[in-house]
Amino acid sequence: MTAPKTLYDKIWDAHVAHEQEDGTCLLYIDRHLVHEVTSPQAFEGLRMAGRKVRAPEKTIAVPDHNVPTTLDRVSGVIANEESRIQVEALDKNAKEFGVNYYPVSDVRQGIVHIVGPEQGWTLPGMTVVCGDSHTATHGAFGALAHGIGTSEVEHVLATQTLIQKKSKNMKVEITGKLRPGVTAKDITLAVIGETGTAGGTGYVIEYCGEAIRDLSMEGRMTVCNMAIEGGARAGLIAPDETTFEYVKGRPHAPKGAQFEAALNWWKTLYTDEGAHFDKVVTLKGEEIEPVVTWGTSPEDVLPISAVVPSPESFKGGKVDAAKRSIEYMGLEAGQKLTDIQIDTVFIGSCTNGRIEDLRAAAAILKGKKIKDGMRAMVVPGSGLVRAQAEEEGLADIFKEAGFEWRLAGCSMCLAMNPDQLSEGERCASTSNRNFEGRQGYKGRTHLVSPAMAAAAAVTGHLTDVRELMTETETA
Amino acid sequence: MEKFEKLTGIAAPMPLVNIDTDMIIPKVFLKTIKRSGLGVNLFDEMRYDRQGNEIPDFVLNKPQYRDTQILVAGDNFGCGSSREHAPWAIADFGIKCVISTSFADIFYNNCFKNGILPIVMPQEVVDVLMKDAEKGSNARMVVDLEAQTVTTSDGESFPFEVDAFKKHCLLEGLDDIGLTMAHVKDIDAFEGKMAQERPWV
Repeated sequence: MTAPKTLYDKIWDAHVAHEQEDGTCLLYIDRHLVHEVTSPQAFEGLRMAGRKVRAPEKTIAVPDHNVPTTLDRVSGVIANEESRIQVEALDKNAKEFGVNYYPVSDVRQGIVHIVGPEQGWTLPGMTVVCGDSHTATHGAFGALAHGIGTSEVEHVLATQTLIQKKSKNMKVEITGKLRPGVTAKDITLAVIGETGTAGGTGYVIEYCGEAIRDLSMEGRMTVCNMAIEGGARAGLIAPDETTFEYVKGRPHAPKGAQFEAALNWWKTLYTDEGAHFDKVVTLKGEEIEPVVTWGTSPEDVLPISAVVPSPESFKGGKVDAAKRSIEYMGLEAGQKLTDIQIDTVFIGSCTNGRIEDLRAAAAILKGKKIKDGMRAMVVPGSGLVRAQAEEEGLADIFKEAGFEWRLAGCSMCLAMNPDQLSEGERCASTSNRNFEGRQGYKGRTHLVSPAMAAAAAVTGHLTDVRELMTETETA
Repeated sequence: MEKFEKLTGIAAPMPLVNIDTDMIIPKVFLKTIKRSGLGVNLFDEMRYDRQGNEIPDFVLNKPQYRDTQILVAGDNFGCGSSREHAPWAIADFGIKCVISTSFADIFYNNCFKNGILPIVMPQEVVDVLMKDAEKGSNARMVVDLEAQTVTTSDGESFPFEVDAFKKHCLLEGLDDIGLTMAHVKDIDAFEGKMAQERPWV
């Protein structure tokens, strides 16, 4: 009898193509996602060495970081020259090396981590990499998925493998049920608040527990997406009926007898009873409140009912970091979080740009208007999410409330395209990073769920979304 | 890749914790399609004002730290994005070694691909090295990868751990792709096996 294994152990073992005596492995990569920012130097490296892409059929490219999301983009011209060159380089490389490609003009284009699952490229038990730290998203399918640097992008293009050593196992369990108004985003932020941004360094996290099981695939992707913000390269959720149901029928998912064969294997992908975890964190679902970030690190998380902390309440190097954050954010210790006035609301990103996120925000906005002077935008995660939201009438709700209804891309999550905050501008954002300058030079970011972002757009300040929900919704 | 030789150089102190990749190289500089030339924009938003003038207080702008080769940094250095532009910018500036209590995984890995040695030390050692770094150009720290030691300007020596394979690659300046290509038969065999066992992939 073999020793009990974790889900991570099982996926790892199924992908080792070669192992050295010291445990360094060549890990085979099933899916390689590629975007325009971290790939040009890798393709150039191949070209210079006269190498080919080993498995172009397992390589999927889509431009997302640089692309404008304004409606005039259909004219096909990117005004910023450097951005244009990068997107054109991807066009050229995708064609030259023969990889799967969704150009800007394709309705399926969108954020790489939304397109992959949507098209059925991401499947349970796979290894998935991309030159992007939010590759962790795909872990929601029980796929081992993590970000890599450009040298490794080139390595995967050339060899379809990565040189890797195994990480440690960490279990994050969310027990019980979430309360109304609390979402996957609140779970993932609350976990980082608990563990800190370095708490997951060196680990692969498996999220489990009733509150995780109850999440849709969209919610699970939100949770895994931010595993990296907790320092873990990858987050995993064991696949179940919710996963299989989502995958079935997608364009690149297996069909017929192959689907059945795949399903048989997928059903073995869970952590065995008694398997060893090096670290365990448990949170009670009932105790998680809607949360916001107050500082410039994703670990600066507090329930919306709290106040801005005083730097002295921290220890070690965090005291100075908190001082710097509070100054950068233009806040004062002791200030109520709900008193923080907001200039801008951004709904989108690979964290919260899926259909369920737009539904959650629209449910709060229905029949309401955003605060006078508020700048608010929705950037759907893909062209298909956008189309579905239009079909469901969500786009009309956003537009009537005063939101801009954009085309798909990364947009203001990292502000590489023209969607940026100006100096001192304060944003309630459904994205994943509140770093200094992330959304624009001296811009100020508060990370929130889509429902909380919608609530802030209506009231003009950070708001407990439960106050805007009807009695039946909160019952 | 260049071989990592025994390093004797100026160390700069950056005690701030959670120095993220957006701080190391802001996204406006990610639009390049080259690897070189990013050193001038290393820590851009901390280093220059909006007009492009140097901010005198920033450590690397101080005369004694202009030739920094070693960075002693606060906890969780390099957190955030996977952008290899961060180690490219660090290497292009001339920094060959970063010392901290911890590094984000992807950044840590990216360093080795670019001839940079990231060293993890316990807090009490980082505290001593930080103090030594504050001496500026009057002091030289020595990083010996072969012996796995860091020695302060006072001659106090501290051992560090590093993965044996990563150490070997850095010392020899080995190219990863070249190494892996030597195992191409293993990869072929794996793909053959998978075509039978998991044909849907």
